[in-house]
Amino acid sequence: MSAGHRRLDIEESGDVTIARFVDKKILDEGNIQIIGNQLFSLVEDDARTKIILDFSNVEYLSSAALGKLITMDKKVKAAKGKLRLCTVRPDIYEVFAITKLNKLFDMRDTLEQALEGM
Amino acid sequence: MSSTEEFDVTIPSDTAKGREVQEQIVGGMESRGYSPRDVFGVRLALEEALVNAIKHGNKMDSGKVVRVQWQIDEVHVRVVIEDQGQGFTVEEVPDPTDDENLDKPGGRGIMLMRSFMSLVEYNESGNRLTLEKRTDDKNDDQAV
Repeated sequence: MSAGHRRLDIEESGDVTIARFVDKKILDEGNIQIIGNQLFSLVEDDARTKIILDFSNVEYLSSAALGKLITMDKKVKAAKGKLRLCTVRPDIYEVFAITKLNKLFDMRDTLEQALEGM
Repeated sequence: MSSTEEFDVTIPSDTAKGREVQEQIVGGMESRGYSPRDVFGVRLALEEALVNAIKHGNKMDSGKVVRVQWQIDEVHVRVVIEDQGQGFTVEEVPDPTDDENLDKPGGRGIMLMRSFMSLVEYNESGNRLTLEKRTDDKNDDQAV
């Protein structure tokens, strides 16, 4: 895998940015690093402040990936923006629930719900 | 009566090698008809455990190895992961779900292992971890 390989599909809906994870498994350290950098760049380089992370492809993710999501949440909050997570499958939702991160993140069932009032 | 298979593998401090072992163990579960939920939980726990051993235990030192031993049959899988690091005291790992830790990026791996496995046990020095999953273990009600 090359270092510059795109790990997120980016889509615009009005002023909202939808970032869809390409990978089924967000486990590999190098991969998580790239995903983190691509996420942070949305806020830091592109100054996007309304961001939805679409998890529909994601079947596995590790605690290292959760760490990047937490850092992303902090960056978006610091920029006075909004970050929402959507279409998280039940197994993965359980990972958020066990670690109580479902309280930290704004999580919605569907993309449509995530777009509402964004 | 199901037959138990045993494996003993030593890998370098390389997470890609860790993942190969992970695939071997998970593949053994799938071929024995473990449920997707059990497979999910064990894969996640192994990922956390092997990354911990390689990164935090051996500190990615190419001169150090991780030994992975496992037993598997139709109703249980037991994995022992031993690194060559200095170990740690598991009780001293802060609770990542405490309010003051909730937004800190690290510290969730052990918690996830405990939640998804039937048994998670460190030796006294903290460099050897035993993980076990039994199919008769109903851990669904432990989540959250």
